[in-house]
Amino acid sequence: MKALRFLLPLGFFVVLVGFLYVGLFRDPHEVPSPLVDKPAPAFRLAQLNDPAKQLGPADLKGQVWLLNVWASWCVSCRVEHPLLVELAKSNIVPVIGLNYKDTNVLGRRWLAENGDPYKVSVVDADGRVGIDWGVYGVPETFVVDKNGMIRYKQIGPITQESLKDKILPLVRELQKS
Amino acid sequence: MKRSLFASGFAATLFFIAATAVAQAPKDAALEARLKALSEELRCLVCQNQTLADSTAPLAEDLRREVRELAQQGKSDAEIKQYLVARYSDFVLYKPPVKPTTWLLWFGPFAFLLGGALIWFVVLRRRRRGAVGTGQPEAALGPGAQSGLARAQALLDESREP
Repeated sequence: MKALRFLLPLGFFVVLVGFLYVGLFRDPHEVPSPLVDKPAPAFRLAQLNDPAKQLGPADLKGQVWLLNVWASWCVSCRVEHPLLVELAKSNIVPVIGLNYKDTNVLGRRWLAENGDPYKVSVVDADGRVGIDWGVYGVPETFVVDKNGMIRYKQIGPITQESLKDKILPLVRELQKS
Repeated sequence: MKRSLFASGFAATLFFIAATAVAQAPKDAALEARLKALSEELRCLVCQNQTLADSTAPLAEDLRREVRELAQQGKSDAEIKQYLVARYSDFVLYKPPVKPTTWLLWFGPFAFLLGGALIWFVVLRRRRRGAVGTGQPEAALGPGAQSGLARAQALLDESREP
């Protein structure tokens, strides 16, 4: 009983420290998406390099693909871009670009300058498709499986680690199934 | 002649402005008030400590536009919130919904308050019983403390005698 008098506050303290410790390593800007494990929201958008043609998730059924949300005004997109170019060269998985709230002229120029890793980029000039996909911080990258379900969302730029530890293993696993 | 033509044209313009203002005002004011109230309950995802109403982030502008269009389509407040929650999770709501995962958040503070009150009550009662109940609180002390008490008493007595 007497020991409890000391152990109880100590217990509370340890729990509190535990919560604070975990909180140290969590990024409050990362809001987990409710769209993971849900069907990818449909769209049909004009292609950046050929506006007469359109593309949507329905055209990509049966294969695993990535949707990378990018814009010429987005600074962190420059950080992840070399990784995407490298990924495109490896031919592991097709990357579709969603050119978010950008103009076609600036978007095309940006790709010409930095390299075009996208199988196709589609144009979401007013950001409506972005809202449907729950986009709030460009760049964002979604992994979509063969059945058109979103399986993973990366908020912020792709890094060497996230690509190696998370995205590519998931893509390989989904391609097998 | 010229002046009167100008005057009548001016009057007609004024009339049209006034007429359209009167015609649009009541309906729009209600919608504006509703949109304002609604966007004050929604969180901007870019600047997370601001509401959708306060934020000037481009995404907040887009979401305000989206909310306005949904409201104009006749969607209820609950439907609009559901629309945003489906895309951005409960995080967009400034007031989190009450459900099992948020019970701790909602009721935790009251549980702590209740716990504190309970401890306070127990301590108070024990103290009162200790002071009044036995009449001789020294008896409750261990032998070491009792001898200490006796020594203290002796010292007190000593100091009182000149």
